[in-house]
Amino acid sequence: MEKIESPLELEKLRKSIQSKKKKEKTFISICAGTGCRASGSESVINAFKEEIKFLGLQNKVGVKVTGCHGFCEKGPIIVIHPKEIFYHNVEKEDVMEIVSETIIGGKIIDRLLYVDPTTGKKITKESDVPFYNKQKRIILGNNGKIDPTDIEDYIALGGYSALSKVLFKIKPEQIIEEVKKSGLRGRGGGGFPTGRKWESCRNAKGKLKYVICNADEGDPGAYMDRSLLEGNPHSVLEGMIIGAYAIGSKNGYVYVRNEYPLAVKHLEIAVNQAEEYGFLGKNILGSGFNFSILISRGGGAFVCGESTALMASLEGKPGEPRAKYVHTVEKGLWNKPTTLNNVETWANIPIIIHKGASWYSKIGTEKSKGTKIFSLVGKINNTGLVETPMGMKLREIIYDIGGGIPNKKKFKAVQTGGPSGGCIPEELIDLPIDFEKLTEAGSMMGSGGMIVMDEETCMVDVAKYFLKFLMEESCGKCVPCREGILQMGEILENITKGNGQPGDIELLEEISTVIKDTSLCALGGTAPNPVLSTIRYFRNEYDSHIKDKKCPAGVCQALIQYSIIPKKCIGCGACLKQCPQNAITGEKKQPHIINPEKCIKCGACYDVCKFDAIKRV
Amino acid sequence: MQGETISRDFPAIDAIIKKYGERKEFLICILQDIQARYGYLPREDLERVAEKLGIPLIQIYSVATFFKAFSLRPKGGHTIQVCLGTACHVRGAERVLSKIKRDLDIDVDETTKDMNFTLKTVNCLGACALGPIVEIDGKYHGNMNTTKVESVLKKYSTKMKE
Repeated sequence: MEKIESPLELEKLRKSIQSKKKKEKTFISICAGTGCRASGSESVINAFKEEIKFLGLQNKVGVKVTGCHGFCEKGPIIVIHPKEIFYHNVEKEDVMEIVSETIIGGKIIDRLLYVDPTTGKKITKESDVPFYNKQKRIILGNNGKIDPTDIEDYIALGGYSALSKVLFKIKPEQIIEEVKKSGLRGRGGGGFPTGRKWESCRNAKGKLKYVICNADEGDPGAYMDRSLLEGNPHSVLEGMIIGAYAIGSKNGYVYVRNEYPLAVKHLEIAVNQAEEYGFLGKNILGSGFNFSILISRGGGAFVCGESTALMASLEGKPGEPRAKYVHTVEKGLWNKPTTLNNVETWANIPIIIHKGASWYSKIGTEKSKGTKIFSLVGKINNTGLVETPMGMKLREIIYDIGGGIPNKKKFKAVQTGGPSGGCIPEELIDLPIDFEKLTEAGSMMGSGGMIVMDEETCMVDVAKYFLKFLMEESCGKCVPCREGILQMGEILENITKGNGQPGDIELLEEISTVIKDTSLCALGGTAPNPVLSTIRYFRNEYDSHIKDKKCPAGVCQALIQYSIIPKKCIGCGACLKQCPQNAITGEKKQPHIINPEKCIKCGACYDVCKFDAIKRV
Repeated sequence: MQGETISRDFPAIDAIIKKYGERKEFLICILQDIQARYGYLPREDLERVAEKLGIPLIQIYSVATFFKAFSLRPKGGHTIQVCLGTACHVRGAERVLSKIKRDLDIDVDETTKDMNFTLKTVNCLGACALGPIVEIDGKYHGNMNTTKVESVLKKYSTKMKE
């Protein structure tokens, strides 16, 4: 491939790719994101390739291995284009039938269709599935249409046209104006206006400037950045190149989590291809603008999601943050002006340029514009990635898109914002989700994790979970974070062990205030949030643990007992065999009993019982 | 050191360092490559890196001990990673972890005496739909519970004997 040297050449190439693609009328798009891979999509892909080759259909039917489609719960997922037939939970054994029946015969295979749980109706088209049709997928949408390892797929869908537009038609200052006008705010957590960040960096003194993509997605339960990098890496790169041009930077970095091997691989391929085609490197598209990107893999430290810690790590040092009296837009990486944005933020840029700020700013609420990708996980029927306009009500996300809570359990709360966020209780289910509303509710947007919790989730345990997480991830540089979180963790440990004291809640609140006020970086500054928000909305549960020594949700080991409900037990002996302590006794076909003195509360009997005969109170 | 079986392969280490232009800002990447090659960071290799990059050994140790991805001890034949992300946590990952700890008689970050398993935890693998997840040697085992642990571990115990 020769480098593209002008916008005209790019358009020529685009047309030729598009006309080449038109010949391939039918193609099967198979999700190979991490979720679907874990469910076995690779064997499905191979089976399709073999079957199509066996039947000699290579020229008529394409197999497109794509990134994450978002509906991870139902993986492996396939979509047959152009009819958009949506099959889920596909196994390699289904492949022969799909090819002969659907692709050749044009018939729909009923059992692979999605059944709408509320109406009981079977749905054929992907866009009719409620999980998808309530979303607005401007960022994620192309994931299902492109092979992320093939730059031409991205180009065919209009890729790099925003870059070509800015390089030849728009001045850097105007790009920044456009981004400011769009109202885009950082998607990594803080929600700082992106255009203003760029402007400060452009105006900062110094010739050498850096652009960084923060792909150190550390919030547990959030994986939208990974899916974007895996499924549509060029959209992120294009955003970065536009940003670099606007700011006046020649060097960029992507700092990506090493725990995401597929994302790293796709990113590397994308950077290489972008260089080969002339979107990266010297004299991009013949404009005279130079920009290169290096990929750096993270070392597995949560704190490196914080900008100054990330930059320290990029410099080859331990990832410790510094105080931000001087902003990173003035003194960042190697003490040079640096613009750092999150993966999803970068991916928004080409769309804003392409469709215009006024189009973009019509989406969302007054102060939060555009869409946001959430990862809807936990106790929810439709686990997956969901992109909605800012301001959508929590109820719509959880029930209309998420399909509600499994096993007929009751919704209790949703945790947003990761370890820096908080829990939103059921009474706020009609809350419109945007930056402001989440902060008012004592939580935060964060990177967009939404962990749904049902009545079997203990809120004290959740608070303890996050504190333990932060205790391990605190870099230890400043005392309030290092020692304060430790102390709070100990208090919570005591409470969940039945050793809580009156006054513990007040003490937690007091320590929280100190940590918030005096920590060096946002990790410490927001660390008390999970505790404070659970105290705010679930104080009763704390009281039950402290006063009554009970865990109402049946989670905290020290406060629960396992027992067998005689009426439900058929005496199958499954639990007896599983019990590591020989604490269960009973004759065959007679109800068994658990000896509480021997029981270590491991839960093995609860997991193995098929008759719901084990009670956990 | 227990399990120390690899004779030091400095040409390989030098090649890794060279790949990154012997530049000290790539220290983390260099350590990652060494870790990927041997499963841990042997001291002799770190000394070599210090010498080649011209930085004090203590600085390398400060990085090597800061990041979770690095291990200073040799790992077992199979690495088990129990995901403790929030989604896995609310679905009972702790109970799964306890069961593995009991079955293997080791704690997190430890290796079994026969060097077959090393037990690790990870904050989130981002495959939340399948939670609780246990990853062994890169393969995901989804929807885990205490009952499934035994049969999954068995697969890897016999494989080693073969």
